[in-house]
Amino acid sequence: MTAAAAAARIADTPSLRVRAGWVVTDTLTITRRNLIVWMRIPAYLMFTLFQPVIFVLLFRYVFGGAIHVGNQGGYVDFLMPGIIGQTAGFASFATAIALAQELKKGVIDRLRSMPMARSAVLAGRLVADTLRMFITICVLIAVGYAVGFRFSNGALPAVEMVVLATVFGLAICCISAWTGLAIGDEETVQAFGLIWVFPLTFLSSAFVPISTMPGWLQAFAKNQPVTNVIDTMRALAIGGPVETNLLKSLIWLAGIFLVFVPLAVRAYRRAS
Amino acid sequence: MTRGNGDAAILVEGLTKSFGTVQALRGIDLSVPRGTVVGLLGPNGAGKTTAVRILTTLLLPDGGRAVVDGYDVVRQAAAVRRSIGLAGQSAAIQEELTGRENLELVGRLYHLRWPLARSRAVELLDQFGLLEAAERPAKTYSGGMQRRLDLAASLVGQPRVLFLDEPTTGLDPRSRLGMWDIIRSLVADGTTILLTTQYLDEADELADQIVVVDHGLVIAAGTAEELKSRAGGDVVEFTVPDRGRIADAVAAIGVIGEGAPYADAETGVVSIGVGGRGSDALVDAVRILDGAGVVTRGLALRRPSLDDVFLTLTGHAAEEEDQPGGRRRRRRGGRAGRPDRADAVRAAS
Repeated sequence: MTAAAAAARIADTPSLRVRAGWVVTDTLTITRRNLIVWMRIPAYLMFTLFQPVIFVLLFRYVFGGAIHVGNQGGYVDFLMPGIIGQTAGFASFATAIALAQELKKGVIDRLRSMPMARSAVLAGRLVADTLRMFITICVLIAVGYAVGFRFSNGALPAVEMVVLATVFGLAICCISAWTGLAIGDEETVQAFGLIWVFPLTFLSSAFVPISTMPGWLQAFAKNQPVTNVIDTMRALAIGGPVETNLLKSLIWLAGIFLVFVPLAVRAYRRAS
Repeated sequence: MTRGNGDAAILVEGLTKSFGTVQALRGIDLSVPRGTVVGLLGPNGAGKTTAVRILTTLLLPDGGRAVVDGYDVVRQAAAVRRSIGLAGQSAAIQEELTGRENLELVGRLYHLRWPLARSRAVELLDQFGLLEAAERPAKTYSGGMQRRLDLAASLVGQPRVLFLDEPTTGLDPRSRLGMWDIIRSLVADGTTILLTTQYLDEADELADQIVVVDHGLVIAAGTAEELKSRAGGDVVEFTVPDRGRIADAVAAIGVIGEGAPYADAETGVVSIGVGGRGSDALVDAVRILDGAGVVTRGLALRRPSLDDVFLTLTGHAAEEEDQPGGRRRRRRGGRAGRPDRADAVRAAS
């Protein structure tokens, strides 16, 4: 046995403190791996960086002219918080697809048979995807500024908006993680993702004022989490009443985390 | 019990597992001495993969008990994970990462420091003939190279017990031979290996002890030689080129054998166990087939193969028809005089 091989042997049962440290280092290792993989797949880069930009241009210059909104600053100011929220929702597709792929290929089996921190696979995935989403949000804001969007409510609320959008994206990623692990087949996961992410993001206040929708649709659109979050973001970005929407958003987000984090963890434990 | 079998690297007693109404394992027993290779042999759906998943702590059993490297797979799962390596049916590698990065990642997850993770990766790449491809993304590797990289990944943590779930399924013949050489070298290093396979020649080639599994039960166990002798001595085999005459050949040839003949309607191959009668039976066969007016090719007497063993034990062929990878198909349909399962199990015990 060579020196490296001998040293690679794992010592006997480690202490609780050592194992707690592993949760952190293993999560970072998996995060790093996920980010490297993301950077090496051109399609992922396109999906994360260019597709949201195209959406901004499309709604700003093609559809925007026909959509009338009441706020100062016009449609572009209305649009940007909406498109950021919608993008955060769509970004979660990658979470579900990546986990389903890893499950199918046996990568998750391999990792689960190793003496690493078991929580790190899921945690590393969520950390990497949240970072990825944060980058997308920054790109979107830059593009927004180029096409006329301005934060008109001050710097601190602007930062708060970015934080809220990121936390919202993380929540949607948790739902996606669960679907990816529970379904375990990337095509099915993708199709299923469209079924719930599309209505949730488009039947909201993201692109149009809800008051322009028929009454039966308003009932849904007004009370679903995406609208609550986007209304809060919009108020933070360009001014308006924040408290009620923020409270509703936080309740929704807490609810999503409480339900879907345990579901995702359970699906990971049972994954086969 | 564990202490009584202190030298067993893997000890399994009465292991059961069901998925809904499907009983994947119906009470498996297994004992693998340290430093040996056991081949778990059986067709698709026999329960091989389920057994491996339980032994590698990926799945909880419904009943029974399994001990790996002295640790209980349910109560001491974390300790088991420090002792084992797993290489599955597909290459569980990250295709966008290079060969070196893949192994370093695994090393880091075994909590090796960076320099050590790197030197271990290089060492394994060298050992598995992947050093030249070390800086290329794994997606540019051939199937055989990917499988070697996957096997290398399972060895980063210096496992004492290695589980290989169908390590050569889907590989071309040359890559298979390369894989066999690697597995042999691991055995030489003292690693205990549990190998599942659908390929009889693979079990014959690599395993010290073969355990035949079918429908979630162990139906036979022993060395390749023991199992072959159980198949009832020598076999007379020939091909009937005219498919229309297979039935006639089967009807005529039955008298020379100890059991019923097997016939493959697709290839026209007919075989029959003749016990210890050897060349006498061969002479009889020539006479009888000539008398019946059946034209044959390649009439010969041969030692029984594990194929014959599997047919004797289970009443069906070992390998599935849809197996990938350009290997010779061994399915033998249309078996005449199929014994019922009770007979097959009795024959095994």
